[in-house]
Parts: sequence; C-alpha cells; structure tokens
Amino acid sequence: MTAPNTAGWRPEMGEAHSGDDATYTGNRALMLEERLIFEIGDTATTGVDLDPAPAAPSRLGGLARSTPIGLPGLSEPETVRHYTRLSRQNYAIDLGLFPLGSCTMKHNPRLNEAVARMKGFKDVHPLQPKETVQGALAVINELAHWLIKLTGMHAVAMTPKAGAHGELCGILCIKAALEARGDPRDVILVPESAHGTNPATAAFAGFRVENIPATPDGRVDLAALTARLGPDVAGVMITNPNTCGLFEPQMKEISEAVHAAGGFVYCDGANFNAIVGKVRPGDLGVDAMHINLHKTFSTPHGGGGPGSGPVVLSEALSPFAPLPYTARTADGVIHLIEEADAEEFEREHFGKPLNSFGRMTAFHGQMGMFTRALAYILSHGADGLKQVAEDAVLNANYVLRSLEGVLDAPFAHSGPCMHEALFTDHGFAEGFSTLDVAKGLIDEGFHPMTVYFPLVVHGAMLVEPTETESKAALDQFIGALRSVALRAKQGDPALKSAPHFAPRRRLDETQAARKPVLAWKGDLTGA
Amino acid sequence: MRYLPLTPDDRAEMLGVIGAGSIDDLFVDVPEAARLSGPVPGLPLRQTEMAVERHFANLARKNKAASDHPFFLGAGAYKHHVPASVDHLIQRGEFLTAYTPYQPEIAQGTLQVLFEFQSQVARLFGCDVANASMYDGSTACWEAIGMAGRVTRRSKAVLSSGLHPHYVSVAKTMARFTGDTLDTAMPSLDGTDMDRLIGAIDGETSCVVVQYPDVLGRIEDLSPLAAACQAAGALLIAVVTEPVALGAIKAPGEMGADIVVGEGQSLGVGLQFGGPYVGLFATRDKYVRQMPGRLCGETVDASGKRGYVLTLSTREQHIRREKATSNICTNSGLCALAFSIHMTLLGERGLRDLAALNHARAVQVAERLAAIPGVSLVNDSFFNEFTLTLPKPARGVVHELAAKGVLGGVSLGRLYPGEASLQHGLVIAVTEVASDGDIDALEQALKEVLA
Repeated sequence: MTAPNTAGWRPEMGEAHSGDDATYTGNRALMLEERLIFEIGDTATTGVDLDPAPAAPSRLGGLARSTPIGLPGLSEPETVRHYTRLSRQNYAIDLGLFPLGSCTMKHNPRLNEAVARMKGFKDVHPLQPKETVQGALAVINELAHWLIKLTGMHAVAMTPKAGAHGELCGILCIKAALEARGDPRDVILVPESAHGTNPATAAFAGFRVENIPATPDGRVDLAALTARLGPDVAGVMITNPNTCGLFEPQMKEISEAVHAAGGFVYCDGANFNAIVGKVRPGDLGVDAMHINLHKTFSTPHGGGGPGSGPVVLSEALSPFAPLPYTARTADGVIHLIEEADAEEFEREHFGKPLNSFGRMTAFHGQMGMFTRALAYILSHGADGLKQVAEDAVLNANYVLRSLEGVLDAPFAHSGPCMHEALFTDHGFAEGFSTLDVAKGLIDEGFHPMTVYFPLVVHGAMLVEPTETESKAALDQFIGALRSVALRAKQGDPALKSAPHFAPRRRLDETQAARKPVLAWKGDLTGA
Repeated sequence: MRYLPLTPDDRAEMLGVIGAGSIDDLFVDVPEAARLSGPVPGLPLRQTEMAVERHFANLARKNKAASDHPFFLGAGAYKHHVPASVDHLIQRGEFLTAYTPYQPEIAQGTLQVLFEFQSQVARLFGCDVANASMYDGSTACWEAIGMAGRVTRRSKAVLSSGLHPHYVSVAKTMARFTGDTLDTAMPSLDGTDMDRLIGAIDGETSCVVVQYPDVLGRIEDLSPLAAACQAAGALLIAVVTEPVALGAIKAPGEMGADIVVGEGQSLGVGLQFGGPYVGLFATRDKYVRQMPGRLCGETVDASGKRGYVLTLSTREQHIRREKATSNICTNSGLCALAFSIHMTLLGERGLRDLAALNHARAVQVAERLAAIPGVSLVNDSFFNEFTLTLPKPARGVVHELAAKGVLGGVSLGRLYPGEASLQHGLVIAVTEVASDGDIDALEQALKEVLA
C-alpha cells in the first residue's frame, strides 16, 4: 500500500472581488470554478493503489528515467470532483437541443453504451487468434451487411477511423483503380459548398482540386460540371444531401455524365441520416461513400471524437478496398483477412490477384463504434430507420417554415429542405452578425447552430434539429431563435456582448492565436 | 419507436404548418424511381431493447475476453487495469454527448480537459507541445512523416526495422499516393538496425522513424541517432506504442527526438478489439504551425477570466481546405479524456510505480520462460514486453495455447508473414494484470505445447 494522501482537497483561495455579483470563492452556487490539475495536484499524490514491484534486476538497457516528468496526481475523490465540475461547463445533447448543422447531434441511446461495454467486446485484443474472437468479427460482418443493404452498394471498407479518413479511403480506391488501368487523371472536382475535408483529402492524395459552381437554388450546376469533364478528371466529390440541406435531384445524371467521361463519383455521406431507408446511393450511381457512424447511427460525439467512417463501394472500386477485412467462409468461420493471408485468400475465393491499396490503420477500425452503431440499427430495423429519415426531414422543414418570415432563408423558395434548414444574416441591423445570434442563443439555453458554413451564403446559419427532438422542444427553440433574430434585426446592444449567463463571456481568440499558450509550463512540486 | 418523440398527431400538425400533404412531399427532390416505397427490402424490422441486448450478449460470449484468461498480448495494444472512476466519468452526458468545442463559452469542460491532456502528453514525451489527439498511433505516425516533409521540404523517410509492421504498412499505403520515398527493412533477432538508420541519412532525408521500445520490446538510446539527424537537417520521429514505459525510461524528447507520436490506448481506453484508440502527437514549439490536428490554447474572456479555445486553426481543413496541414477533422476526444483521467489518477508517482511493477514482473516472466528447454530470450533490454524464440513456428503455438485457454502472445509469423527468419518468434507482454496464477498457467501451457 502507498501512503494515504495527506494534502486533501485544495481549492483556489478566494480573492476580494468587487461588484454586486462577486463571491469570495469566485463560484456562483452550482456554477463552480475549477483550476487546472497542475494547480491542484502534485507529483507525490496518486489516486491508484498498486501492489509493490517484486524484486527483479533492471533490464532497461541503462535508460532508466533520471529526471522528473512533472505529472500531477489527485486522489480518487479529487479526481471525480475535478472532472465532474469540468463536465458541468459543457453543453451536451443530454441537456438540450443541439442543432449543429451537418454534425447530426441526435440522442445517443444508452443501450449502445451498455452493449459496447460487454467484456466480450471491450476486453478483446485486436491480435487474438481468430477462433477466440468470432463474436467480434460477427459484429463487423453484420454491420457491414446492413451498410451494404441500406446503401445498395457492392462492398464496404470498415477500417476508416472517421469521416475524413473514410473520404481518404474512397479517394485512394479511385486512385488505385485509375492506376490499375494506367490512367493518369489528376483532377477532382468539388462543389464550393463542400466540407473542407473534401478538398483537403483530394489534395493529400495528390489530386488537383477544382471547384464546381452552384446554381442559384443551391445545387450543383450540372451543365458547368459536364462542360468541365474530360480525360484529366478522375472524379467528383459530391455531398448529397448537400451542405445547404438540399437533395441533389440530378445526382443520377451527374453520375452518368461522370462515368461516361471515365471518372468516378465520390459521395460525402455526412448527411446520409436524411435519406437512410428512403433512397439507396447505389441506385444513384455512386462509386464510394463514407458513412459517419457518429452522425447517422448515433455513436456519441464525445466532445470531438472518436468517429468512425466505413466506406461503401461500387463493384468497380471494391477490389481496391483496404486491408484488413472480414469474410465468412462456407464453413461458417469468419476470417480476418490481413496481409498474411490476403493474397492466398483472394486467389482461392475470388480467383484473382490481390488489388487492395493497403492498410489505413494499425488494426480493424473502430470496433467500439461498430457495436454501438449496430445496436442502434437493430433497434430501429429497416422500418425505424425510414422513420428516422422522415422525422429528421419533417423537423427541419418545420423549423424552416416557422422561421422563414423572420430570418432570410435563401433556398426556401425552391422547395422543401432535407434534414437541415439554412438561413443567412441578411436583414440584421448594421454591425450585427450571425455570431451575435449564436451567442444570444447560448443565453437562451441552446447550443448554437453551425455558423459561417457552408461558405456559399453570407453569414450562414445551418440548423439541424434531428429526429430525436419532440415538437415541444422544437417550438421552444423556434421561439428562442425568433426572439434572438428580432434582437439582431432591431440592433439590441446587449446582444453584442452575449453570452451573459454562460460559464465564460466571449473568449479572445485573437490573443490565443497570436501568443499561443498550448501547455501548462510551471514547475510541479512533490508537495 | 422508443428513440423518436414525435407522435402521429405531431406529425400531422407539423405537415400542416409546413403546408405539405404528406411526408413524401418533403422528398420530392429525390427522383421517384429511386425513392423506396417501404422499408429497405431484405432487412429485419425494429426490435425491443431486450432483444437487441440478448443478441449482443450471445455474440459477446463467442469471444475469449482478456480478463477471463491468462493474457499476454501486446504488440501495439496493452491491457492495463483501468480504475472504475475513469469509465464513470467519461459516461457523464456532458462529456459523452458534447461535440467539438466550437462554442467555447459553453464547452470549457472539454477545452480545459484538452489543455490538460496536451500538457500531460508533452511532459510525458519530453516535448514542448502536444496536440488534442489523433485517430490512433499508426495514423499519428504517418502524419508525423508528412509533417517532417513539410518542415524539411524533403521526401525520403527512413523507417526503423523495429517499427510496428502495421505502422509501416500504413506509411507505405500513404507514401504510395503522396510520392514520398520510404526506406524500410525487416527486423532481425540479432539486434537493432541503428547503424543502418544512421548510415541511410543523407541530404534528401526528411526524417528517421524509430519505435521506442521497438516492436520486439528492445530499448535503445536515441541520442546518437538524434545527433546524426540534426547534423543532416533531418527530423527524428520517435514512436511510443506503450506510454506506461515512459514511467520507467527516458522520454524520447529528452534524447533529442523532434516529433514524438504514440498510441495512448494503454491508459484509460482499454483493448476494444483495436479501436477506438487515441493517437498522441508532440513536438517542439518551433514546429507547431506545421502540426496536424486540433490544438487547444489558453486565453481570456471579455471579463478577463482565464478560458480555453481551439486555436491556430489556420492550419486546418475547415479554413485552409486543400492547403491544410492534414485532412483530419475529428480527434479522439473521449479517448483523450479517458487517457487524461487515468493519468491524473496515477500522477507521476503512480505512473512510476506502475511502470516499475510492469518491468519487474516482465523480467521475472522472461527468466522463467527462457528456462524452458529450446526457448531463448531475444532481448538484451526491454520494459514490459520481450521476444522469445521457440523451437517451432510460433503462429501454431499461439493457437495451441489458446486451445488450452491461454492467450499467450503475438507471433512474429502473424506480423511478418513469409519472413522465414522470424517465424519462431513470439512477443509476450506482461503487465500488472497478469497474476501469479496466470504466469504459472502460461509457463505450464508453453512447456506442454513445446514438449
């Protein structure tokens, strides 16, 4: 046993603040300030009791650490309190509507958490012999089957770790397919409204990126696209539904034109939640599409990941998919096909040499997200998933039509939106911006919508309510956004300094970037 | 459906507000020929929570869980005891169901955690600065190679033969498309390839990548390599797949590594059949603007209070698009939180004690197994993982051990198929979770399999 922690809880001592709302501690009832672990912990305290190390000679090759690391420790009660206090400074779906457009902040079912924590899933090593992990491989296989069926595609690559990683997977499949036929095409066409990851991915893979213009009603300009196609165009990256929240009605024509010109169609599936169960991308001529399991299939966003981005593939691109992958043979055994066996397996079962472009990550992808996503899918079933898309689209249109009289809705005239409603800052009083509306919504108890994206409209506000909001929640949100929008139009000066009631006022991002402080630099003591 | 709050009456009323006759009127942009009239054919319908739970319980039972068996696998993923409070805290909805902290006024919890995480990782690795995490160690390793290319404006990377073969595979995949040149080699049981690495550095070399401890568990002083890199204007990238080791051995940054990346899975995250994990990425202050991934920085709010924001985002894809340092968008936030909580519970003292315990037990096990006839220890040095050579191919031995209920290590035959000189190698990791009974069981089973 190690010695007990003698230092106890060490909160910040108060300073004599002036003003009506000052308190001795700086806290305000349930709003508790919390210092850094480096300011409340020390190097001698630990919250873990360990068995003493047995006597054994050192085999560290003469490289035993001789200098302090400077890592603070806290006892368990201090640790629980530190992180609990910090958690209360976060907004979250569990607290309220989180209408972050394109990010799909829907309810995260707790069954999924329970399933992922079954020890047969959470406590298996990625390199265990295959006969000891048949259940885990079965989860990957079963989820893969659903993703293929729901998208009407030929195959799926399960290993990509997030959406952008999935984009890379799809683009590398296209690049490998072109290489295989000796085709030097090097241009990828990307609409202006695309997520930033699209051009970044294409550029990373060595393609030149060119923009495709949009029509006045927010869709890809098919005529301009067709005119640009040619022997140098490797493919297009199209988000559908697009980032203006609109379905691309000419998707099939786009695919046919690209295919006729010898290119491939990549679809950014970030918004698949709007159409799951309603239309299959495979029926629209798509060659590759990543699916953000953390969006459409509700795996938790966790404050910024982990994500998971499986990529469904057309028959033309399937042979180039990354290793490893799972395959069930006639004897019912599920295999994990890695470099060790891939060549032989493909020759035996597919009768052709290995064409995979290789490995994208150390192991088999985001298993912990696969269990959660499959639990979500099985809970809904094919009928429930269709209802998911319908309710998501219904909720977004309800928001659009309830607010179009107050906020400028640039594409509302062209028909219904899909799962998200787009507004702009047109009509705000001089000096008032989208940012002010966002910060005003914080004071009303909501997380703001996505702001300043997509880039194709001025001062964009992209609202995605998702299907897991009740009508009462939507009505309250609509009322709040209407109120804040009216304040922006009337020029209410108090809105310029919002939020007033959050744990922090507006933060100085310029200072953060100009003089970056990215780590705590003080000296820690052993108390 | 239990996750969908709208009632049929709500839906009818809302359609009325919208002015639509039916839900399909909202899908008019989808060409009618492609629109499905009913549920996707060939798939089952909705199920109760109990039914889904039962299905997964049946599948989970088909796996041999590490905690139910004597367990000695490592090779890039390690089983450590994770305190119960870690999982409790990461399941708080305010962490679990929050998003990327784009609105810092209501995301200070996540942001402060990221600032603390960055500070912990930088200190552990002996570096100035760390980012808010990457997908995993293997992708962090590739991103480091890409960053070295940007810093040096060169495109030849020299990879140590002791780098995890899956990390090498990932780098090869990416290099094939970016046009970088990789100088690689197969590991040898006779020693590391430090001389080859130093000899391969030339005026075209962007970086040398070396794993510490290496995939066979060997530990080597990186200082001479760092000096050789520096003399040639190349960067030294160190890869740490077992961060607990740094509680016992020198940090790569201390020995002159310019970029240190790692897999953070062994603290807080658990095995999870390979993911999600958490990539660690740290470097020198002077290279920070060439770093990939999110960064959290300190600032003040309008009333002068200290607070945190995501910063230096002009490196990132949502601002720079095709000119970004990486296409990465998400990090591994929740896993970074788990890592950080576990590290806070340990503290410096706990980490050092844990490392000492791991090392001592590994030394004991190595001595016992090396005493089995026909078995010998490859390593001169190691932390909690070492390589044995067996009198027969290790891939089959692993399956025979599993049949006896012992998860006995990772064969080099699986990691290096077709490499004849390595087929008898078995990599064994020993952490604090291996009980005396587990160790007895491994020794006994190995004796029987080799008899």
